[in-house]
Amino acid sequence: MKIAVCLRRTPDTTAKIVIAAGGTSIDETGVKFVPNPYDEYAIEAAIALKEKAGAGETVVVALGADSVQETLRTALAMGIDRAVHLQGNASADGLENARALADHVRGGGYDLVLFGKLAVDDYGQQTGAMVAELLELPCATAITMLEIADGRATVEREVEGGVEQATCALPAVFTCDKGLNNPRLPSLKGIMAARKKPFDIAPVTVAAGAVTVASLVLPPERAAGRIVGEGAAAVPALMQLLVSDAKVI
Amino acid sequence: MAGSAEYTGVDFYDMDGLLSEEERAVRDTVRAWVDEHLMPVIGECYIEGKFPKQLIPGMAELGLFGANLPEEYGCAGLNNVAYGLIMQELERGDSGIRSFASVQGALVMYPIFSFGSDQQKKHWLPRLASGQEIGCFGLTEPDFGSNPSGMITTARETADGWLLNGVKMWITNGSQATVAIIWAKTGDVNDASSIRGFIVPASTPGYTGKDQKGKLSLRASDTSEIHLADVRLPKDAILPKSAGIKSPLMCLTQARYGIAWGGVGAAMACYDEARRYALNRIMFGKPIGQTQIQQERLADMLTEITKAQLLALQLGRLKDQGKATPARVSLAKRNNVSMACDIAREARRLLGANGILIEYHSMRHLANLESVYTYEGTHDMHSLILGQEITGLAAY
Repeated sequence: MKIAVCLRRTPDTTAKIVIAAGGTSIDETGVKFVPNPYDEYAIEAAIALKEKAGAGETVVVALGADSVQETLRTALAMGIDRAVHLQGNASADGLENARALADHVRGGGYDLVLFGKLAVDDYGQQTGAMVAELLELPCATAITMLEIADGRATVEREVEGGVEQATCALPAVFTCDKGLNNPRLPSLKGIMAARKKPFDIAPVTVAAGAVTVASLVLPPERAAGRIVGEGAAAVPALMQLLVSDAKVI
Repeated sequence: MAGSAEYTGVDFYDMDGLLSEEERAVRDTVRAWVDEHLMPVIGECYIEGKFPKQLIPGMAELGLFGANLPEEYGCAGLNNVAYGLIMQELERGDSGIRSFASVQGALVMYPIFSFGSDQQKKHWLPRLASGQEIGCFGLTEPDFGSNPSGMITTARETADGWLLNGVKMWITNGSQATVAIIWAKTGDVNDASSIRGFIVPASTPGYTGKDQKGKLSLRASDTSEIHLADVRLPKDAILPKSAGIKSPLMCLTQARYGIAWGGVGAAMACYDEARRYALNRIMFGKPIGQTQIQQERLADMLTEITKAQLLALQLGRLKDQGKATPARVSLAKRNNVSMACDIAREARRLLGANGILIEYHSMRHLANLESVYTYEGTHDMHSLILGQEITGLAAY
């Protein structure tokens, strides 16, 4: 079994975001970057499937500037076998990024191509499904269960009020959701071994595409709360405000 | 999810910029482990006075034991800065957990690595790295703490091995250890040059370890008394390259090095808690962080932590170059633990009445740090070691 995991580098979810001069990107100074948290489910799934099979190869692929190499090494430290850095500037247009990834994955002999269900910085949710379409492979998004048997995959996804189960033949593309697994931490030996694992750098040119970022704006500061009173005596005033001001009742 | 934890450390002087990618990765992985596995249980362990044994396999799997020893023995082969960062992050959680890892690595694995035979190394180090065996270090005795050369535990050579007799006290991990490194005199009790190290399986008849009760500090760590009553060991139980009091002191230098980093971790935890509390606690209609008295507290804490971080880091770089002399290690242990005690106390005070509760961490750190201040060379002994370094005159 040969598995590719496509990885994005995203700011740590606790990072304080500052918009850079120009207003179309974030200021990366002092911001800690981590593997996109949903991609960690994909990494864990790939490593666990290989461990279970006892054979195969896991490859992590990322598109972007050289800063993504540290993120790729985090995946290697967790246990992925090999990294590929598609060196180039990602587009704001998910389709162009999907084309670059699909061009690399195509012909690689992969049985599975895994993504996170979305990247926590732009919430695009496009790339995985687009890569599947470009490769003309079956796709399921936001999976919370994955089993492989006899060349077929069985997956589950959470749907309104229940769980949907689907099966398809391999190769296939899946995007991974929380609940799929519990991603491992990189071990200290894994961190030391990561430097010695194969790491390919392949320059790519990504077209600008049809989408450009016009501006980035931080959400407005939340207004301070209001305390209307204490204990049971405050309930009538609170009820009235929920009806008249907040309009939630 | 790694990296999503709320605690983000303290880095005012871009220490991260002085660390390699691997060093940062090691720090982050241990920090995430502490968040996920230690923080949820530490309060209860502390109150109940029990070491969280269930965490040992996970610690071993991450590679936290003897992490700066070579890979051929199942260790991670990290440099000393990465090793120090592990100690910092563990002590951010609790000094008792850091003590456990310090003892296993610096006081049990290190002496076997440094003074052991090839056979001893091959047998013991992988088992200790994997947590299959838990070790302790028996040097201190009831009447010989700061003066270990005066020990009265003896090892007498017999026809087929060794016979050990004596009592060791204040032994971290002592009651749960499966193997002990015991230091004893093979010659006259006045002859410190006859001190040798012995590998003593806890199952050996005559060996007993029992918990010391009534501790108000390091409650999530086992501290024990070890009795050695006619303990018979085979000939190859001796660490062949150990020679005199210098050998156990070399181990202590390793452990003290880690403690210098650990103090930074505990201080960072207390500062982080105090800063958050100062912003959220409203008194007289404004956050207490808006009062000059708390701002001065926080400014002092940040200043001292930043100084201690740079001290620990440079000591680590020196250690990697083989230049971390015992006196240099003493300076960092003395400064950083004393600094951490001060910060823990001030943080607890800033937290007001809430600061005495186990839900907050500063008082637990404060109580722990009183032990850390006292063990591995008391603060006062390190003053004398430095005094001797400066003047060439020994005052002890």
